Amino acid sequence: MSVETGGGPADGVVSEGSAGVRAAGRRRHVLDLDDFTRDEIAAVIDKTRAMKEVLHRDIKKAPALRGKTIVTMFYEPSTRTRVSFEQAGKVLSADVINVTGGGSSVEKGESLYNTALTIQAMSADVIVIRHPHSGAPHFLASRLGSSIINAGDGSHAHPTQALLDLFTIHSHTGSIEGLRVVIVGDLLHSRVARSNMWGLVRMGARVALCAPPTLIPSDFRDGSLRRPCHPFAGVEVETSIERALEGADVVMALRLQLERQRAGHIPSLREYSRTYGISGSRLKLARPGALVMHPGPMNEGVEIEPDVAHGARSVIEEQVTNGVALRMALLHSLAAQDRFEA
Amino acid sequence: MSAPQRPTRVLDRDEMRRALTRIAHEVLERNGGSEGVVLVGLQTRGVPLAARIAALIGQFEARAVPVGALDATLYRDDGFRAAASPMRPTEMPFDIGGQRVVLVDDVLFTGRTIRAAMDALNDFGRPSHIQLAVLVDRGHRELPIRPDFVGKNVPTSPDEEVDVRVAEIDGSDQVLLVARKGG
Repeated sequence: MSVETGGGPADGVVSEGSAGVRAAGRRRHVLDLDDFTRDEIAAVIDKTRAMKEVLHRDIKKAPALRGKTIVTMFYEPSTRTRVSFEQAGKVLSADVINVTGGGSSVEKGESLYNTALTIQAMSADVIVIRHPHSGAPHFLASRLGSSIINAGDGSHAHPTQALLDLFTIHSHTGSIEGLRVVIVGDLLHSRVARSNMWGLVRMGARVALCAPPTLIPSDFRDGSLRRPCHPFAGVEVETSIERALEGADVVMALRLQLERQRAGHIPSLREYSRTYGISGSRLKLARPGALVMHPGPMNEGVEIEPDVAHGARSVIEEQVTNGVALRMALLHSLAAQDRFEA
Repeated sequence: MSAPQRPTRVLDRDEMRRALTRIAHEVLERNGGSEGVVLVGLQTRGVPLAARIAALIGQFEARAVPVGALDATLYRDDGFRAAASPMRPTEMPFDIGGQRVVLVDDVLFTGRTIRAAMDALNDFGRPSHIQLAVLVDRGHRELPIRPDFVGKNVPTSPDEEVDVRVAEIDGSDQVLLVARKGG
C-alpha cells in the first residue's frame, strides 16, 4: 500500500521556509509543517511505516546512525516527546544526549544561543529542541550548522506530533484526502492544532475547529482567513460541539492547558467538560468507526471522558508508538546526511 | 559521447519466466527439496521475484515455502544516499533461525546491498545457510560476494544501467540495458 502523491490544491502555497530549511535540495531542519509539500509528507508516512516494523523486532536496533550524535534540549517539561526522540535515536544506534533546563548551565543563566553553541561544538548532528518561546528553533536553525528539529515551541508549532498524527490517521484509513477531521479544544494555545492544520490541509483533509469563542484565535473567529488562496480558507470554525462532530471521520481532542486557564477563558473545568468534553454519547454523532485521538497528556474527565479515551475507537496509545517510528524516520533522513557547514 | 543509444532488451517476458523456473529448480536441487527453505526478497523488485520463485517451488514440490520481504536501507554503508532513498517495510513472518535462507534480488552489481541484507538478516536470527538468487548478474563487484543462482549474466559497462521491470510493479516483465543518463 502506497501513499497517495501528486500536488494538491494547497501545494501552491508551500513556502521555501526561512533559516535554510533545505540545503542542496535536501531537508535540513524540521521547524514546522508549513514548508512540507504533499509529496514530502507522503514520503515521511511511507518511511515511518518501514520504521515501525523495526520496533516490533526482537532486536530493536539497526546501525543506520552509528557514530551520529543527537542532543535533545528540553526547556519545558515533557515525557513522551523527549523519551520518544531518545528511543528513536537509540534504536538507530545514535548517541543521544539529553539536556534539560534544570541542572544544567541554563540554570546559571546561560543564553539559549550560547548553550546551543556549546552543544554544537560537541559535534551534535541533530539538535532537538523544545522551548516555551515561539521561534526558538528557527533562531537556532539560522545560526547553527547542526540540523534542528522543533519538538514544540511556545504556542507556535509541534511538527513531529502533527506528522505522527497524520501517519496514525493514514494507517487506519489508507488516505487522508477528503476526511473530515475535527480538532476540539484549546486552539488558542495549541501548537499541536496549528501544525496539524498545515499537514491536514496539505493532505486534502476537511478540517473543522471547535472550541468556545474565547479559545479560538481571533483570525479564525473574525473570518480574516477567508481570503481566497489562504491555505486555511476552507477550515471550518464551529462553536457547537454537536454540529462539529457530525460526520467526523477523526476527532482530535486537545489538552486543556490548565496552567494557562487562569486568564479566565473558560468559566470552570466542569462547564468546559459539560459543553466540549468528548463523551460516548457525543461520539455517536461522528461517523461509525471514527478515530479518537489525543496528543497527550490527557485530562481525563475534562476534554475527554475515560471510556472514550480507552474505548474501541481510541488510537491514543497507538499515537505514542507511532511517535517513535515517525521520529526514527525524521532522524534518519536528517542525521544520516553528511554534516552541513555552518 | 555519441547520442544516447536505444535500450537493449536483455530478457523478455518468456525468457524471464524460464530463468525464474530454472532458478526454482536449482534451489530445490541445491537444498535437496524445499524442507527448511525460506525465500527473502529484497525491496523492492526482489519481493515479487521471490514470490514467483516460491509459487513455482510450490508447483514442483506441493510444499509451499515461506516468503519474506527485507529492506536493508538501515544497514547500508552509504548513509548520505540511504537517508534520501525511500524505505519499504520489512516483513519476516517466520523465524529464520536454522533455516536455509535464499535472498532474492533483481540485479547483482557491487554486492553492497547484499552485504547490507546479510547484516539485516542477522538481526532476525541465525540461518543455517544464506544463499543468493539474482535475476541478472551485471558484474563490477566491490565485495567478495557471489550469487548461487543466476537468471542471466549480463556483461555491462559502469555507464550502463540494468532496468528490471516486473508486472507486479511496472506493468510488464522485461529486462533492459540502458545508457546511464549523462553517462
